[in-house]
Amino acid sequence: MLAFLGKRLLSTLPVVLVVAITVFMIVRLTPGDPAAIIGGNSATSEDLDRIRVQLGLTQPLWTQFLLWAGKVLQGDLGFSFFLNKPVLELIAQRVEPTLSLAVGTLVLAVAIALPLGTLAAWRMGSWLDKAVMAFSVAGFSVPVFVIGYVLIYLLAMKLQWFPVQGYRRMADGLGPWARQLALPCLTLAVTYVALLARVTRAAVSEALTEDYIRTARAKGISERAVLTHHALRNAAVPVVTVIGVSAALLLGGVVVTETVYAIPGLGQLTVDAVLNRDFPVLQGVVLFFALIYVAVNLLVDLSYLALDPRIRY
Amino acid sequence: MPTTTLSFPTLPARRRAAAQLARWACALSAALACSLPLGASAQPGAAGTLRIIPASNMTVLDPIWTTAYISRNFGYMIYDTLFGTDAQGRIQPQMVSQWKVSPDGKVWTFTLRDGLEFSDGKPVTSEDVVASLKRWASRDTFGDQLAKAIGQYETPDARTFVLRLKSSFGLVTEALGKPSSNVPFIMPKRVADTPGDVQIKETIGSGPYLFKADEFRPGEKAVFVKNTRYKPRAEAPSGTAGGKNVYVDRVEWLFIRDAQTQLNALLNGEADILEQPAFEQYAVLRSNPQIELVDAQPAGNQFILRFNFLHAPFNNEKIRRAAMLALGQEAFLRTQVGAPGLTRFCKSMFPCGTPFESDKTGEYTGIANPQKARALLQEAGYKGEPVVLMRPAENGTIGKLPLVAKQQLEQAGFKVDLQNMDWQTLVSRRARKDAPTAGGWSAFLTAWTASDILNPITMSMMNATGDKGWFGWQDDPTLEAIKKQFATATTDADKKKFAEAAQLRAFETVTHVPLGQFSQPAAVRKGVSGLVPAGAQVYWNIRKQ
Repeated sequence: MLAFLGKRLLSTLPVVLVVAITVFMIVRLTPGDPAAIIGGNSATSEDLDRIRVQLGLTQPLWTQFLLWAGKVLQGDLGFSFFLNKPVLELIAQRVEPTLSLAVGTLVLAVAIALPLGTLAAWRMGSWLDKAVMAFSVAGFSVPVFVIGYVLIYLLAMKLQWFPVQGYRRMADGLGPWARQLALPCLTLAVTYVALLARVTRAAVSEALTEDYIRTARAKGISERAVLTHHALRNAAVPVVTVIGVSAALLLGGVVVTETVYAIPGLGQLTVDAVLNRDFPVLQGVVLFFALIYVAVNLLVDLSYLALDPRIRY
Repeated sequence: MPTTTLSFPTLPARRRAAAQLARWACALSAALACSLPLGASAQPGAAGTLRIIPASNMTVLDPIWTTAYISRNFGYMIYDTLFGTDAQGRIQPQMVSQWKVSPDGKVWTFTLRDGLEFSDGKPVTSEDVVASLKRWASRDTFGDQLAKAIGQYETPDARTFVLRLKSSFGLVTEALGKPSSNVPFIMPKRVADTPGDVQIKETIGSGPYLFKADEFRPGEKAVFVKNTRYKPRAEAPSGTAGGKNVYVDRVEWLFIRDAQTQLNALLNGEADILEQPAFEQYAVLRSNPQIELVDAQPAGNQFILRFNFLHAPFNNEKIRRAAMLALGQEAFLRTQVGAPGLTRFCKSMFPCGTPFESDKTGEYTGIANPQKARALLQEAGYKGEPVVLMRPAENGTIGKLPLVAKQQLEQAGFKVDLQNMDWQTLVSRRARKDAPTAGGWSAFLTAWTASDILNPITMSMMNATGDKGWFGWQDDPTLEAIKKQFATATTDADKKKFAEAAQLRAFETVTHVPLGQFSQPAAVRKGVSGLVPAGAQVYWNIRKQ
């Protein structure tokens, strides 16, 4: 186990290095000059030359990379060209909204999708199963921004249950925080409920055909226990894998939802950095995402041990 | 002894399990429902809190370091200016109580109002003023012109400062009271001593508001509270001049990227003012009885097309003239703005409704004349070089303009290569001097706030200093000489005369083509009043019921 952990942690190093080099090169090869953006409409060529020197953009590419990598190794992700703040501080400011959105969505999705998927598998072919599958197809097919605007119109504009935009920090109180997050989480959860319900249905229906289920039923174990202790537990590995991937995707892919609901999270920080060609922020955020992905994958792998004792590392 | 069956569970057992699962589902739904405060209304703005959705996100808190309008507006919240520009475009004293000019116009002596204080409690002194002016002049074109004319700054006492000119300069108060970027805001000396190309780190001013740095989150919100140390002038507010009274306890700028979300927030009462609605939203806003449209920047904005003077085909003056004749304002305004009542035909380079507006525009009529343009193009010997026209496709304010330009230029015989990109790519690419076929460009379109192009000195398109000038890099010593005459003119009549001469020269060499004016009134919820029309977006004098 410890050896596995050690190996996995060591294997993250080349991943992070490749990500660092790739993102560093990509952001610099993308058309766009931060100096021109900083300079604004009235800047002259002379102004732009001066700004480029200040930002260190006139140095050779490899020098820029080595300087940045050296700082990263010391835990310093650099300084934003525009915001006049350390990148690490900017990321720290934006983690809470994105994490809240991702965790809230996952909790909601798991809470709804697991029972739905299990019921659908248990009643395969019934109207319930068909309804769950129809919802899954619809949940996949409708774009997130459409779901967002429809929910805003109905639940915020018409019924006035929720605010249409914004984010309140946890420090402002759990009530305001949850209320502000409810609609965005619901919006995002639709897709993930569709995905998880489908995967759960497939995994549970497969487990229900196994001999041990027949044996359990033959032993007179209650249907509830059969479903929860035998079928669901054995179906857990693919479901947990999808939940893990979903968590990683949610952390890095909530740009649209953050935009529609004006949530100041990592997604919006990334978009701003891309639009402004704020190289240090972009590099820092992508590196952060890479580490998150690696960590989530590691946690998923470790969770297999708890879910399936046959698995050994 | 119980018997074991190998059959599937009996129906009652399945029903029991189903009922159990249904109970879980119900319990879960109830828990979720209980966690949400159903029936609660959306949060209205707290009493005394004014919530504003600005036109863009604010990232830079130094209005001298950047020309971004949002940073300029931020500057007006927390800093004060020596002079302001009133609603009629006249320069009025602001921090200055009185000033005098020597008979030869070379010595300008200013006295500050009594009792001016920075928000940290320290008095505003003439040394603060001089340091602020020097920093501003290091970044601003107009300020640079003034600084070149100044031989010496003097501070005989804490409330008096003197500008001794080495050469005549007729626009001293106009420069000090210019309403738009970069505005000469007055900062404490220790802050203003920061080099102009380095961002300042403090936000201490002597303006009507205090900035809550601890609550500032870029991309989310900026918060201001009333500066109790501020001493407004007694006059009524007018433009960026007059009394800057604060009637609300707190102002919050909510940075919302998505235009639809901005509108929803306003309609739902989560914001009081939407600074710049999208053009297509005006129909909805006009039909809503809870919303009022207020033209807070009445001078409006102007669309323009700018040429690249370095490369073919627009390095040829006749070809630029042909392009100018091919372009007609009506199609640009209708296609881009569309909403009735928001556009204005104006062929003058200096915006219509501002002091130097002039109908002396040479052969430019503002009405497309493809036949005349085609004839001139042939006469110029156009060889079919493609016009690389950059289009910021995602930009809601100017993204459609290049489509019209392409059509009108093609009707006159130009070959146009329309290239789509985002605005940030465009601003990066327009700085490149390469040939259009090697990653450069031939023309682009943009929009200017009227207050930025009020005279030949502030109008970037009239910067004809070649390589060191504005994008397009026109080199025209004649135009620069006229600008110098304008800068040294001391009477209004002379200023008008040289402004007209500069415009005529600009049309003759076709520095750019004005493509009409438009306004974007702010959308304000009923119960909010007092938005002051000015050359920049300012938020004093506002009352909220």
